[in-house]
Amino acid sequence: MKIKEEEQTLTVYLTGELDHHAAKPMREETDEALLLRRPKTLLLDFSGVSFMDSSGVGFVMGRYKKAAELGCKTAVRGLSQKHERIMRFSGLPQLVEFRKVPVETAVQNHQISGDKK
Amino acid sequence: MKKTNEIKLRFPAKSVNEGFARAAVAAFTSLCDPTVEELSDVKTAVSEAVTNAIVHAYKDRDGQIDVNAAIYEGNLLKIRVKDRGIGIEDVGKAMEPLFTTAGDDRSGLGFTVMQSFSDKLQVRSRPGVGTTVTITKHIKGKETP
Repeated sequence: MKIKEEEQTLTVYLTGELDHHAAKPMREETDEALLLRRPKTLLLDFSGVSFMDSSGVGFVMGRYKKAAELGCKTAVRGLSQKHERIMRFSGLPQLVEFRKVPVETAVQNHQISGDKK
Repeated sequence: MKKTNEIKLRFPAKSVNEGFARAAVAAFTSLCDPTVEELSDVKTAVSEAVTNAIVHAYKDRDGQIDVNAAIYEGNLLKIRVKDRGIGIEDVGKAMEPLFTTAGDDRSGLGFTVMQSFSDKLQVRSRPGVGTTVTITKHIKGKETP
């Protein structure tokens, strides 16, 4: 996982398998950065996520609530078709912006985030 | 229907085993020559069932989870995830989308995901005794031309 801040957008590059077990450290790291940086937008990048179950939905929901308390918007991008399908079982699409990411960028992100776990 | 193959796994209800359980069942499922999509569906459904057992059934205690996967004639896959935890008071309520008793970071979508990624889902539970979830999926594999 890698976190980058640029023009008041905090981008979190999630990597590997996002299940209940892996969500805990991802949650702690994201929340810490969110509190410290106080960005205007929290962007969760899923391009490097190889597996996700409904824990991923809980992860986004929880971050959305934390961010909203700080007056920060939440967006997600780089979701695979399957991951987007899981997200859409919830009310998330009404709360969080679903961004499309150009394929080339997604591949690059995957490579960047794959370097370091 | 004739059972052609079967595996049994037993492991402690620790979250680190979620990845192991879905990978093991996926490896067994690959004997049916599934598509990438089917394999991913199985992995996700197993992950949900095992996570439920860890998060809910054995919330405040240690316990064992039994996963049994069997292949029947015609590539019918049946996966049973069994715990001896607290059980579910109201299974109907627990299966409602977005219903959760686990707090903020749980989505309440576990059963919804299991249902949508399988052909049939059966949940049997008794408070104080435990819960058994049975996921059935017909593995069609690649269409033969």
